[in-house]
Order: sequence, then structure tokens, then C-alpha cells
Amino acid sequence: MNKSTATVLEAHNLHVTIGASHILRGIDLSVSEGEVVALLGANGSGKSTLVRALAGILPASAGRIEVFGVPLGKFVPWRKLGYVPQRVAATTGIGSTAGEVVASGLLYSGRLRLPRDYRSRVHDALTQVDLAARVDTPMANLSGGQQQRVLIARALVRQPDLLILDEPVAGVDRPSQVAFAQTLRELIGAGKTIVVVLHELGEFEPLITRTVVVRHGRIVHDGAAPTAAHEHSAHNHDHVHPHEGFMPEGSALIAETGFEA
Amino acid sequence: MNALTELQQFFTDPLMQRSLIAAIIVGIAAPVMGTYLVQRKLSLLGDGIGHVALTGVALGWIVGSAMGLVEKDSLAIPGAVVAAVVGAVVIEFVRERGKTSGDVALALLFYSGIAGGVVLIGLAGGTNANLMAYLFGSISTVTQLDLLLIAGLGVVIIAVGVGLRSLLFAISNDEEFARASGLPVRAANIVIAIIAALTVTVSMRVVGLLLVSAIMILPVAVAQLVTASFKTTMRVAMVVGVLVTVAGLMITYWVPLSPGATIVMVTVLVYALVAAITPLVKTSHSKGVDPHPDVPDDVTLDEEETCNE
Repeated sequence: MNKSTATVLEAHNLHVTIGASHILRGIDLSVSEGEVVALLGANGSGKSTLVRALAGILPASAGRIEVFGVPLGKFVPWRKLGYVPQRVAATTGIGSTAGEVVASGLLYSGRLRLPRDYRSRVHDALTQVDLAARVDTPMANLSGGQQQRVLIARALVRQPDLLILDEPVAGVDRPSQVAFAQTLRELIGAGKTIVVVLHELGEFEPLITRTVVVRHGRIVHDGAAPTAAHEHSAHNHDHVHPHEGFMPEGSALIAETGFEA
Repeated sequence: MNALTELQQFFTDPLMQRSLIAAIIVGIAAPVMGTYLVQRKLSLLGDGIGHVALTGVALGWIVGSAMGLVEKDSLAIPGAVVAAVVGAVVIEFVRERGKTSGDVALALLFYSGIAGGVVLIGLAGGTNANLMAYLFGSISTVTQLDLLLIAGLGVVIIAVGVGLRSLLFAISNDEEFARASGLPVRAANIVIAIIAALTVTVSMRVVGLLLVSAIMILPVAVAQLVTASFKTTMRVAMVVGVLVTVAGLMITYWVPLSPGATIVMVTVLVYALVAAITPLVKTSHSKGVDPHPDVPDDVTLDEEETCNE
């Protein structure tokens, strides 16, 4: 990674508390322009909470977050940030079409109404995820993988410079996973900065430039993508892992290969 | 000929004209707000606000008689507006917290609202009969001043509900994504609560507080039977709202029935009719269409390329 480029996302001593649970316990993270960062960690490690705090969804109980150099809040250039949630929000009472959902991505702080050319922009974003023909299809009639791609289009429609994705391929059918890896490749080619929560690197391993491992609300590894995990990410690999407690703390490679048990 | 003169009388009767204008405003405005409430799965919110508004009616009555106004209930609608707005904002705060106790808190608010109204009107020397007009509506007693208030509030409701549709849709559809876009989620939620409260008070004179939710929600339920997108659902609901309020009102011109209840029953009938017809129409439309969900196959067959996209 090139240290001289601008910092687009920064967390300093970030703590997040939900109810009585102290989820994040002092996260320091700095992401520079053009980096492709994979956030890894076991279920409940806090990786999802971390990206949700970074995207402004969860309030920090202590510490500080800066997006494009601006403290999280109204004055962040939200147009430059695209967030993709882990899964489609619970169905709402009234159906909406894929196009309507994508169009809602054109609204951000400072822009509360749709631009005039919203139709062509929605069409372009849906084309990027290979769903242009589905613009008028109700969300409920799409498969889980297609719904996920609509949410990716919703983040892309505002042409963001930084994408934050929370397990974009969890429970997604394989054709959608392959399509997503292709979309990601194009975005990286276009120079976007990407922070993606993953359960395992899998398809995405060649695309990742940096890996951050979260455990018990702290970052336990931050560095290059693991290279020793090839056989581990193979499709025929049998996922059998030692209990987390058996691993020596701070052993990066073991941590990287054993986190998703 | 006879029917024509009757219709002419209906439309030239100044009393009916006022009622008709009020009914049309409510018919358009209530489903606009109802669309957002249904989307947020808060269909019964209007009912709750209506309960609270009753206390406002009684308070308006008390203030009106204390001020020695000739028309004791001329402050009833302003009182209902204030109480409903306060109630709706409190409900929104409870909803935002999302605590399990919120359910009980809402029940507490609703029932203290309706009981408070009855007790206050008694203390003010009124009777429950005075409240009946508000509980069940009394469109025929709509005064010039009432009409001005209804029209003014109606314009505000429609302007906000339709003008800010993209924003309110985005926030109602996925609140977390809206936060991750820096949208003013809390402010918009409070706007929705306040506008819902205004809708309740505007609809109060036409259908009554007990049936306020019906005129907000049922046209949306009818629209949902035939539409796929949020935008068309709202538009169709507005059309249905106007049709049923006008039709219901016209029926009561010739048949001595409660306008509010008649309007609601007409809507229910329309719903039943559309629900019965839609499957027949849809079947003939979708002949030859694969009913299976559009999911790519797990396995690839040798003899054919499987490609759903």
C-alpha cells in the first residue's frame, strides 16, 4: 500500500457499546485511497459493528471517526461513500421495485430529492450488477442474490469513491457471487477504495491488498493478505479448526486461517 | 330526469358543497400518509393518535368555554391538532428506542388519551354526546372555519407527503442505509409523526376518530392488491380515497346513514371486490409465465447452457 496517498477512512480509539455490551474496545484503523481492505473475524467478533460504526449507523461511545478527513456527521461528503448492508432489510409493508430501491441511493445529506436524470443513473447502476432488465421488478420477486446485487447498485448509483460492504456474499448463490467478484474487480480497476467484511477470502483473495482481523472487539492483525491460506480457501477444503482458545495470541497466520470456525 | 335534478340539488346544496370539499381533501390526504404508515408497518398508529386527539378535543372545549366563546367547540380542532402532534412525537420517540416496553407505553398513552377526553369533557360540563361527533364524525356540521382548517392542513399533508416522497421512502425503506447516507433520519421520522397527527385531525370531522385509521389505511390496502411499486401504490390509493369518500358521502345524501361509517364500508366493499377480481385478471395475464422464483440453477447440465440473467 502506498502510504503517501490520502486517508479516506480513519478510526481512532473507537469504542462502541450496544446496550450493556461493550462490542468494540479501542479500534485504530486507517484506510488510504485505493486500498482494498478485507475485514475478517469470527461471528460476534465485532467486524460488522465496526463497519456499521464507520458508516455512521451506530454511534461511537468513545473515540473518533473521520471519513474523507471530516468527523462523522452531517458534513461528511456522503456522496462519496457507498454502504452495502449484510442483507436486505426486513420486508416493508409496501412493495417497492428494484429501481425504486436503487434510486433511494441517490439521496444523501444535502440532496433530499431525486436528480432529474435519476432514471438513467439507476439504469446504469443496475447494468453494473447485471440486473438492468429488472428495474421494474418488485424486490420480493427477486432471489436473495439478486436482492443483494440491487443493494450493491444502490450504493454504486451515487458513484462513490469509498465502498463499505458488510458480508456482501453471505448466503448468496454462486452465480451472484461470481458476478459480484467481477463487479468488485471493475471497481478496483476504477481506483475505488473498498472496505469489505468477509467470512472467508474465497473468490476475493486475489483482489484484497490488506487484511484486518478483528477478535473480541480489537484488531489482532493488520497487514498483507495471508498467502498461506490457499488450500484453506479451496472449495473442497474441509473446514475443521482447533478451538480458538488453543491458538497463541498474536500469531498472525494462525489467526488468519482459524478465524471463521 | 329525476335523478339528474337530485344530483343537481346535491351539488348545489351549500351544506353538501362544504362536506364534499372536506371529503375530497381527506380522501386525497389520508391515503398519502397511510402509504408511509403501511410501509413502516404502523397501520394502527392513526388509531393511537386518534385516541390521544380526543383529549385535545376536550381540552379545546374547556379552553373555549373558559374564554366564553359562543361556539363551545370552535377550539376542538385546534386542541386536537396540538394533542395529536404531541402524542405522535411521543410515540415516535418510543418507537425509536425500540424497547419491548414500548408496546405497553403505547397502550398507556392510547387509553389515557381516550379516557382523559371523556373525563375532561365531563369536568367541563359537557356530556359524552358532545364527543360523539368527534368519535364518529359529523361531516354535515363542518363550518366555514373548519373547512378552512381542513383545507390548510390538507395542503400541508399532501405537499410534504408527495413532495418529500423520495426522502421519506428512502428512510422508511431502510433506515440504516439512510443513516449511512447522512440523511436526517430523526428529523424525517418526526415529520412523518407530525404529518400523521395532522392527518388524523383533518380526517376527524369526516369519518370520526374511531374510523380515522380506516380512511388512511384501507385505500392503501386496495391499491396494494393491484400495484408493484411504492409510487403507484400511493397514487392509486389517493384515487381510491377520493372515490370512496365522495361515493360514501353521496349515499348518505339520500339514505340517512352516518357518513363516516358509510365511507369506510364502501372502502371495505371496494377492497373485497378488487381482491376477488385481481386473481382472475392476474391469471389470464400470466399464462405461460414460469411461476418459479427467478433463481439460477445449482447444477449445470451438459446439454444446455443454464443462464437466467
